[in-house]
Amino acid sequence: MTNVLVCVKRAPDPTGEVVLTDDGLRVDGRYAGYTTSAHEESAVALAVQLTEGSDGTVTVLSVGSEDSIEQIRAGIAVGATDGILVEADADLLGPADVADAIAQAVRARAEAGTTYDLVLLGNDAADTGDFQVGVRLAYLLDRPVAAGIQQVEVSDGRATLRGEGPDGTEVFEVDLPAVVTVLEGGVAPKYPSVMGRMRAKKAPVETVAWTGSAAGSGRQVLTVPEAPPSQVTVIGEGAAAAPALVSVLRELGVVSR
Amino acid sequence: MSVLVLIEVEGGSASLVSREALTFARDLGAGDLHAVVVGTPAPGVVADCAEAGVVAIHTAQDPALERGYAAAAWAAVVEAAGRAARADLVVAPGTGRGNEVLAHVAARRNLRMAANVVSVESLSPLVVQRQVVGGAALERATVDSRVRLMTMAGHAVEPVAAPSPGAATVTPLAITVDPKDLRAQVVRTEARETGDATGLTAARVVVGGGRGAGGPEGFGGVEALANRLGGAVGVSRVVTSLGWRPHHEQVGQTGSRIAPDLYIACGISGAIQHWAGCASSKTIIAVNTDPDAPMVTKANYAVIGDMHEVLPAVLDELA
Repeated sequence: MTNVLVCVKRAPDPTGEVVLTDDGLRVDGRYAGYTTSAHEESAVALAVQLTEGSDGTVTVLSVGSEDSIEQIRAGIAVGATDGILVEADADLLGPADVADAIAQAVRARAEAGTTYDLVLLGNDAADTGDFQVGVRLAYLLDRPVAAGIQQVEVSDGRATLRGEGPDGTEVFEVDLPAVVTVLEGGVAPKYPSVMGRMRAKKAPVETVAWTGSAAGSGRQVLTVPEAPPSQVTVIGEGAAAAPALVSVLRELGVVSR
Repeated sequence: MSVLVLIEVEGGSASLVSREALTFARDLGAGDLHAVVVGTPAPGVVADCAEAGVVAIHTAQDPALERGYAAAAWAAVVEAAGRAARADLVVAPGTGRGNEVLAHVAARRNLRMAANVVSVESLSPLVVQRQVVGGAALERATVDSRVRLMTMAGHAVEPVAAPSPGAATVTPLAITVDPKDLRAQVVRTEARETGDATGLTAARVVVGGGRGAGGPEGFGGVEALANRLGGAVGVSRVVTSLGWRPHHEQVGQTGSRIAPDLYIACGISGAIQHWAGCASSKTIIAVNTDPDAPMVTKANYAVIGDMHEVLPAVLDELA
């Protein structure tokens, strides 16, 4: 039996236009909407895959406001078992704070009798892109950690992890319990069924408060660089543009004259 | 005081992003430039470091490190090199390795780390500009640790030789790797069936395909033009999400960041996520049926038309 905790973050949808709040301190997601990152969607899918057909559980955890329950329930809708909301003002937290909040929740669950063999996180958050919460969490819990993982198999108390390295697919074998940060690409994210959505509405989500003291992220302000005016030169239309396009390729020196 | 740069090795040389990081770190004017290399540095790596102005290359050759990449063990090497160099600033390339290793250093020593930095506004206190939201926004942030850690966004600067080369003395570190730091170590590397992300990020020409390809069978022209130009194939996220092409070809926020001399984007609309991965291309040519697509308006050149008509005609013209 494998119990998996998946950590997801409520983040402004990165596919939409980036609009900042008036104070320039955060991305305003009210127009584009909120989501979990592609990496975290993959993490949820991996966790569900790992526990399918077994007694294992998948718990989805988020650190943030009560609005983050939407992201927790989205995970439950695609197969997770339950959720934990660690209530905190996410805007005040830096990566070390988030790692501490998750560690507190993991320890509390352990004291209550539920231990997690694997904690999965996204490789980096869609909004802050800090690349360090998973690693910091592993040190707080004294567990091995591997980053950028796309496939996970569990057998006999060990996990075999696969991720892209510079020379090919790198394979790790780690003892459980462990922490893994997940990179999109190894598993297709699941889409919720009607039944899944119904189940998610009723599934238990425990709310706990983070009791730490925020160190913050060091953020002073955000800016969105203004797009320069278009300077495109339209070479032509359709197949008839081919000779002119090849001339450009020759001018650029990527084909011989 | 000095600045230490983590070097990643590729084909016997310092990788492109490592050479970028060396230039970036040197130009900060934060003291002597040091480098750290895990394993024995090849002559090409020593030459690259010397050219960038490195005065000393710190190395660790524990046999345990030879067995495979282990981020925690690499972090121990970086820590030892930092002590040897008396570095109060450590820079790594903003790659999977660079971000992971510095995150370990940050966690072990309770330090702040800023990822994907594009520029430094001041050294004391350290104030940086770094990419967030996949490069769509910039964050101005303070890194107020006694040792400051940062990874550099790929292609934020071009590698430039130092006005005068450094000594690049190779200095072995006295380090024995703690078995605890090998709990997550690569046990084997499996060859990919086709291509790899390294080839994509290092390619001087990339030919990209998007939803306009129409399906997995629609990339023949993209592949043929990439082959003809000696380049690599890159794709948009929708293409990998639909399972048409493998993830290691994905260009964008959750894929590879590329900076080729030429990027030919075919049937790609140019959503923010994709633009984050290709904005550093020197020249962009868009092939798209929609003249108002962001990729077209942001490109240097454009052909308005169906990639399935344009690419065969271009290949004929090149034949």
